[in-house]
Amino acid sequence: MAKNISFTIKYWKQNGPKDAGHFEQREMHNIPDDTSFLEMLDILNEELINEGKEPFTFDHDCREGICGMCSLYINGTPHGKTATGATTCQLYMRKFNDGDVITVEPWRSAAFPVIKDCMVDRSAFDKIQAAGGYVTVRTGQPQDANAILIPKQDADEAMDCATCIGCGACVAACKNGSAMLYVSSKVSQFALLPQGRPEAAKRAKAMVAKMDELGFGNCTNTRACEAVCPKNETIANIARLNREFLKAKLAD
Amino acid sequence: MSVSGVALILFLTFHACMNVVALFSAEGYNMICEMLGANWYAVAATLALAALVAVHFIYAIILTLQNRKARGASRYAVSDKPAKVEWAAQNMFVLGVIVILGMLLHLYNFWYNMMFAEMANGGYAYVNDLSAHDGYGMIAYTFSNPVYSVLYLVWLVALWFHLTHGFWSAFQTLGWSGKIWFNRVKTIGYVYATVLILMFAVVVLKFALCGGACCTGICG
Repeated sequence: MAKNISFTIKYWKQNGPKDAGHFEQREMHNIPDDTSFLEMLDILNEELINEGKEPFTFDHDCREGICGMCSLYINGTPHGKTATGATTCQLYMRKFNDGDVITVEPWRSAAFPVIKDCMVDRSAFDKIQAAGGYVTVRTGQPQDANAILIPKQDADEAMDCATCIGCGACVAACKNGSAMLYVSSKVSQFALLPQGRPEAAKRAKAMVAKMDELGFGNCTNTRACEAVCPKNETIANIARLNREFLKAKLAD
Repeated sequence: MSVSGVALILFLTFHACMNVVALFSAEGYNMICEMLGANWYAVAATLALAALVAVHFIYAIILTLQNRKARGASRYAVSDKPAKVEWAAQNMFVLGVIVILGMLLHLYNFWYNMMFAEMANGGYAYVNDLSAHDGYGMIAYTFSNPVYSVLYLVWLVALWFHLTHGFWSAFQTLGWSGKIWFNRVKTIGYVYATVLILMFAVVVLKFALCGGACCTGICG
């Protein structure tokens, strides 16, 4: 049975990357606990608009937990705390209690400048991906589907790595602002498959170089990233990236 | 960090093995001290070690500064540390500074009175009229002061925390880890660090509690 809860929400307001930013606070009354977190923010914005105030800006798109667009650092955890890993859009108000104070902050990292309020610019991830996160395909005759045999285990592992949706929670949680979990997942999804091997060395070097260039920090293996990843990527990917990178560098 | 760290762990292993000799035999321990006196190979190894520590520490400073910059100027108002994030992992630099401070004290207590004294003071330590080769005497003298004993134990605890993270972290950085090996390497690291630190601590405790000599009856 759904019940209604009332709570205080503290949300971050910031006009662009140069602004210092501040919290605003509001009492929310009688919110059904089967409301999703983003729907709750929609209700907040309806109220603000009706009062002639500026609405709160946040990122969202598919609201199905697959696109990686939503962010929000909720009560000290990226995407809020869930047992199994989920994005903010899959977080429901039943995870909160009557009378709670809910603090909503943006991803705070030098490589993710704030555009407005809790909307941050994550295009740095796209630039890393464009640096080498692909397989070059020379178009010609379509290949026979079963020309390259891939063990099921490898295919599954590569798929697990590919489920990284590039939301940036790993960077947000890392005390070093490191993007290693993201980059390692993107390198792994190709490194594990035979189609990815021909460009593996080039890819690892190019994506790591781009990551450093864009101002992400260094990995010190604290594991904060894998603890908050909504897609349960593991630091085994980071070890794989380190292997790929060292192998590529030693072969130079 | 990983390569210099592994090298330093190997040095610590050698040092711990050397120390436990002092539990059993004063002559044996002093024989090692004499062998590692101001001989050219011991001086060369000391310089190499100093370079290793410098590389580990300077690189740590550079990386820490880069990481703080990457973190950005704004800090989270509320932060909830996930359960699987170990305290040591997030405080490696602070622990490292404590280890370095302890190392400076240790160099003052022992190296200055032994290798340095042998080269600069005609083979005599600067304290207690001891020979610069009397390592056993230096241990007994140093840990007769409870302040030093406590400081050394605090130092060893900091080193234990540093090693519990550093060990598996080095393997992870060098790519020797994965879903299965992570738990193996981590467990080996905890056991290794614990045994290593106990080897150091037991020497401190023995000399702090009974000055070494009185223990011969009890310890055999």
